[in-house]
Amino acid sequence: MARAVTPRRKAFNTLAAWIVGVLVFFPILWIVILSFKTEGDAIKTPLAVLSAPWTMESYAVVQERSDYFRHFWNSVVISLGSTVIGLVIAVPSAWAMAFVPGRRTKDVLMWMLSTKMLPPVGVLLPIYLICQSLGLLDTKIALVVILMLINLPIMIWMLYTYFKEIPRDILEAARMDGASLKEEVLYVLLPMAVPGIASTLLLNIILAWNESFWTLNLTAAKAAPLTAFIASYSSPEGLFYAKLSAASTMAIAPILIMGWFSQKQLVRGLTFGAVK
Amino acid sequence: MGRITLDKVSKSFGEVEVIPPLDLTIDDGEFVVFVGPSGCGKSTLLRLIAGLEDVSGGEIRIDREPATHLPPAKRRLAMVFQSYALYPHMTVRKNIAFPLRMAGLDKAEQDRKVEEAARVLNLTDYLDRRPGQLSGGQRQRVAIGRSIVREPSAFLFDEPLSNLDAALRVGMRLEISELHARLKTTMIYVTHDQVEAMTMADKIVVLQAGRIEQVGSPLELYRTPKNVFVAGFIGSPKMNLFSGPEAAKHDAHTIGIRPEHIAASTTEGTWQGRVVVSEHLGSDTFLHVHDTGLAEVMTVRVDGEFDVRHGDSVFLTPEPDKIHRFDAAGLRIA
Ligand SMILES: Nc1ncnc2c1ncn2[C@@H]1O[C@H](COP(=O)(O)OP(=O)(O)OP(=O)(O)O)[C@@H](O)[C@H]1O
Ligand SMILES: [Mg+2]
Repeated sequence: MARAVTPRRKAFNTLAAWIVGVLVFFPILWIVILSFKTEGDAIKTPLAVLSAPWTMESYAVVQERSDYFRHFWNSVVISLGSTVIGLVIAVPSAWAMAFVPGRRTKDVLMWMLSTKMLPPVGVLLPIYLICQSLGLLDTKIALVVILMLINLPIMIWMLYTYFKEIPRDILEAARMDGASLKEEVLYVLLPMAVPGIASTLLLNIILAWNESFWTLNLTAAKAAPLTAFIASYSSPEGLFYAKLSAASTMAIAPILIMGWFSQKQLVRGLTFGAVK
Repeated sequence: MGRITLDKVSKSFGEVEVIPPLDLTIDDGEFVVFVGPSGCGKSTLLRLIAGLEDVSGGEIRIDREPATHLPPAKRRLAMVFQSYALYPHMTVRKNIAFPLRMAGLDKAEQDRKVEEAARVLNLTDYLDRRPGQLSGGQRQRVAIGRSIVREPSAFLFDEPLSNLDAALRVGMRLEISELHARLKTTMIYVTHDQVEAMTMADKIVVLQAGRIEQVGSPLELYRTPKNVFVAGFIGSPKMNLFSGPEAAKHDAHTIGIRPEHIAASTTEGTWQGRVVVSEHLGSDTFLHVHDTGLAEVMTVRVDGEFDVRHGDSVFLTPEPDKIHRFDAAGLRIA
């Protein structure tokens, strides 16, 4: 088990990991830095940007110009709503596929995954028209339903993989012990699948929070979430790097904080089965 | 309470018929052991009785009530799995109480029964641990505890001891036998282990390819195996079986003689051969004898003091009334 790792090799690995980490994180760091500079300083060369004075100016302007909290609330409702409704549908579906598979279960799973390969623009028009005729344009309901449907295949896939790892014997033992189907799922399956369900939940909140194609195309003002909030700062009036950065920082901060606190759970869930 | 009847029960998985129509009656209070080679359908048969698999044909009755279409939860049977199948997220106490909780017993009653079961099974000190913090033997006891609290009409065991080490196995074997003596509840027990089958069973069911080859008490199967298959399967080491002129002398197609029913001598005897391997167990020695002109290898049990080496010549003499005779179809000739 324990493999000998030489100190040199360890140092090299650590260095490589840090380089990759910094490369991935750098754009976000740069946005945060720019958001604390004046509009004039923000377009200077990188070194000049770093030495320019710090200011909260952009945040004040963004706060004044648009309603952050309304966008924030819309994001919360849309991402939580779509994820929770999605879970309610995905848990029984994944249960059925994992524990009472039919001859076509594998095909259904592949088909669901294949829908993720369709470019969303391909169905923009029909969905837009459906929303329009139902009077659902620029409503949170429409986005909750659409994002839920879009993420459903991933949810079912994730849960299916976790459920597959749960020994059948244990569920059968519950049945022998007199548990009804509902009790078997509620008292035995779900508690055992908590890590998997939690990471499915987290990942989908993140995906829904960051989703920008449908949120931008189907909202105007009322239901616009934070993605639309950011987009409104990359306006034709010219590029305002500092303000755009301030808006972006405010938009990604909540999900970044959530991700930070739940990363252990997320990693545990995503690698479930692989490491065990 | 606890009489189980299988009436022409069969099971197919898709095209493959794993269990052809089969009849079997298990009486109330009996300890029945299913034995047979790997893949012969022992687990499948047990799962059909449990209701974990649907029958493809036939009827199952429990206590004379039709049970063929009852879900497992309604059959009032308890099962102990080879993997123990404990609920990993619950403490031992909660594991044992689970069937009672499902039956809707009140908390005080649940506690009383759990404490009682824990006392009987020496689990009192472990009630607040999780299954992950227990040894294999303790886990097995929890699984048994979980099955007894509900006072089922029969217990089903699928190779419950095969994950334990040899010493623990002997202990648990005795515990299960004691449990049966005390509860007098029907038990159906699947095993690979000859010793478990012979020592625990009231009745052994020998299966091959889903078919019942013989049903009987351990001694019945040992003394009067119905056919060549049972003769070769029951008993350890295996019975020596061979055909040819020697069998013809006994008016049979095949004859069999158990290793313990052959006397060995260095000076005289009926058959002669050469010792190839001798396995010393201390009290006994098993000789593997070649070149007898009968079976390729003849196994003989001799006293631990009998001194022969590789390559030595030995003479073998069967006890005449212990020779089993079978016809060309492999059936016993009375
Ligand atoms: N769900 C299933 N689908 C298809 N075939 C199955 C299924 N379950 C069992 N079988 C087949 O049925 C036969 C009997 O299996 P079973 O598990 O009952 O054997 P067993 O006697 O318990 O064997 P072992 O001693 O190895 O446990 C085997 O050939 C097996 O491959
Ligand atoms: Mg088996």
